[in-house]
Amino acid sequence: MIRIDIEKKLKTYQGKQVLKIAGQFERGSITKIYGPSGAGKTTFLKVVAGFLQPEKGNIVVDDIIWLDTVSKISLPPQQRMAGFVFQDYALFPNMAVLEHLQYATKDAAWIDRLLAIGQLETLTTHKPEYLSGGQQQRLAILRALATKPKLLLMDEPFSALDPKMKAELIGELQLLFKELGTTVFIVSHNPQELEGLAENELMIP
Amino acid sequence: MDLNPIWLTLKLAGITNVLLLAIGLPVAWWLSRGRSIFKVILEAIITMPLVLPPSVLGFYLLLAFSPQHGMGKWLQQTFDVQFVFSFKGLVLASVIYSMPFMLGPIKSALQQLPVSLSQASYSLGKSRWQTFIHILLPNIKPSLLTAIVLTFAHTLGEFGVVLMIGGNIPNVTRVASIAVYDSVEQMDYSTANAYSLILFAITFILVVSVFVFNKYRLKSPLE
Repeated sequence: MIRIDIEKKLKTYQGKQVLKIAGQFERGSITKIYGPSGAGKTTFLKVVAGFLQPEKGNIVVDDIIWLDTVSKISLPPQQRMAGFVFQDYALFPNMAVLEHLQYATKDAAWIDRLLAIGQLETLTTHKPEYLSGGQQQRLAILRALATKPKLLLMDEPFSALDPKMKAELIGELQLLFKELGTTVFIVSHNPQELEGLAENELMIP
Repeated sequence: MDLNPIWLTLKLAGITNVLLLAIGLPVAWWLSRGRSIFKVILEAIITMPLVLPPSVLGFYLLLAFSPQHGMGKWLQQTFDVQFVFSFKGLVLASVIYSMPFMLGPIKSALQQLPVSLSQASYSLGKSRWQTFIHILLPNIKPSLLTAIVLTFAHTLGEFGVVLMIGGNIPNVTRVASIAVYDSVEQMDYSTANAYSLILFAITFILVVSVFVFNKYRLKSPLE
């Protein structure tokens, strides 16, 4: 179970506003997050991952306190180890496909399986600059899964994939999430693309 | 021709580079992360040698480390260390004088890397140190090389500051740039020309090497 109750000030082009999100999410659940641009969807993910600090709130994951602003507890991102798929992919320019996964895990069998899921087996020695947008996005997803995270935060993870690849990958990911018991938050501008994948939804106004 | 000034210059540039690399990498990393008034003031102090006349810097270093006054006196009495008119003093002056050439390119390269690169590494459980070594450092290689070459070349050409703090002691503080000046003073133009040509050649080879190394990234040593 993940319990989240946070308040974070946002500076937007419309002026200052406050992002308030509260909710409970079952372990292994998949939640799609949608809302207008600038509403704070990415900020929410970054607060959960520990990259940003909210002014008020708490986050409890499986009875472990990740954040409690009252008692001034805030686990660093390294201890939270939430898988994160960045909107800009954040791939490491100095590392080839295989090196990205080896940097995250030493489990060779798991790496092979991830490469097969992402259909990147033939591109293991390629650096990001020699991959297409879709291949880069798949690598970003695989890297986030390499640590077998309890919680996976995905920011527009399928935006660069063609419909066929998207459908195949979503099918594979569904099985993987179930197997790992991973709780997933997915930010999307196009909530329809997540039909059948996400059972919960969170609208950020 | 006495080659000692050339060896002394290369030794000075080498030691300065190693020290500045050790100091510059962590300081540049720290300066690249966020802003504060303290960081702005420190950065301004580090940048001062870029605009300050070298003789002014040398004069204040001479005062600060003179064994007759404050800090210099204390250093001599406590640790038996004298910076004025010694090779140690040249190293100290060079480190201060060349610091902006090492820090500037590294700091600006680190600032240009997207913050999401570090965040991605942290989310994989990697520490700040691991992230710095495996992610940040390899991705600023061209700028790092530029910083090393600029610092080396700049140290080769130092004159005012080394003359003020080191003087002109053969085999101790008489570096190549001072030997050039000394030869001209003695109307020995051929020796001055020989020293100058060697300095010119070393600097030219260094700068061309950076261009060749960074060719594929189209980054000039002046960026």
